[in-house]
Amino acid sequence: MNFVNILIQTIFSQNFIFMRFLGLCPFFGLTNDMDSSIGMGGAVTFVTVMASVVSYFVYYFVLIPLGVEYLQTIAFILTIAVFVQLVEIYLKKMIPNLYKVMGIYLPLITTNCMILGVTLLNIQEGYSLLETIFFAFGSSIGFTLAMILMTAIRIRIADSNIPSFFKGAPIVFIAASFIAIAFMGLQGLGG
Amino acid sequence: MKTTTKKLLTKGLIKENPVFVLMLGLCSVLAVSVSVINALGMTLAFTFVTVLSELTISLLRKWIPKSLRIPIFIVVIASFVTILQFLLQAYLPSLNKALGIFIPLIVVNCIIIGRIESFASKKPVLESVLDGLGISLGYGFAIVFIAIIREILGNGTILGYALFGSSFEPALMFILPPGAFLVIGVEIGIINHLSKKRSRKEVAE
Repeated sequence: MNFVNILIQTIFSQNFIFMRFLGLCPFFGLTNDMDSSIGMGGAVTFVTVMASVVSYFVYYFVLIPLGVEYLQTIAFILTIAVFVQLVEIYLKKMIPNLYKVMGIYLPLITTNCMILGVTLLNIQEGYSLLETIFFAFGSSIGFTLAMILMTAIRIRIADSNIPSFFKGAPIVFIAASFIAIAFMGLQGLGG
Repeated sequence: MKTTTKKLLTKGLIKENPVFVLMLGLCSVLAVSVSVINALGMTLAFTFVTVLSELTISLLRKWIPKSLRIPIFIVVIASFVTILQFLLQAYLPSLNKALGIFIPLIVVNCIIIGRIESFASKKPVLESVLDGLGISLGYGFAIVFIAIIREILGNGTILGYALFGSSFEPALMFILPPGAFLVIGVEIGIINHLSKKRSRKEVAE
């Protein structure tokens, strides 16, 4: 079935971080401890799915009838910014506990290129509403998986003896390169 | 004045390089550095958006209310990106196709928002334009440096010209995603090493 294929592709064979290079800022910036990478993954999943649905309606029911498809970049980034703001206000008022966990990541999400990328790809590929939801969900699960993998590796790197040349950022990129090689082995899965 | 001009233009190259040192805007750098031509095209696109956005924000800086500044920055950047998309579609359709989704994604490039927030929204017009040029120079240096290595090792060519004889077997991995991570990792290592050496020398002197 098509939906299963979309999920497998977005999580493994076309993983957004390792294969498409989207959402790298939090991937390199926030993967120092497990709690924050899982928190970021959760927040991104929520915002990506909701923003994809909203931008689907914005594109097909506002931009196309008005004949201004070329405004999609501006319209989508504003949709995402407004949406993130709404989520922040809602969580602060209604679920303060969850806000405490997710709160600090929310402002960062607006400039996460994965979310704008997913909304633009949905339109480019001409996905239906249901496919859009699956694509958004799968890609954010793939993102969370990558964050968790990277955090697990970085925790070990912190304890090991690395040549001074590679200390800090370089070793993290090289570790990412090896994970990407592993993900390349999954190429072709899901058609 | 002359020294500040020079400083604004060159600080992005190594000392405050947005890619190698600050590690911002990595997505487009890693994705587009498959070939030198694409890297140069991306630099051009990035320069266009950065310089014009910094110019506009700097002109408007006295009228932008503080609480609304981020949405205003994003709208200004997104407008220039949309103009850029039209220009590329009209005059350079092949480049537009090669860069694909990474052209609209300039909107969320953290380098531009960062420079606007920390520089253009406070400084006069001329300095902001110079800052935009300097940062674009640093971005271009990083992306072209990565692209040169990836194209030579992964494809055996540079700017499309074959460098080695037909017996050369390129290491395909370097133009695939893992190669991008590997090359930028080693390059950051080299730059860190060199700047550490230099600062040690300065301390010794």
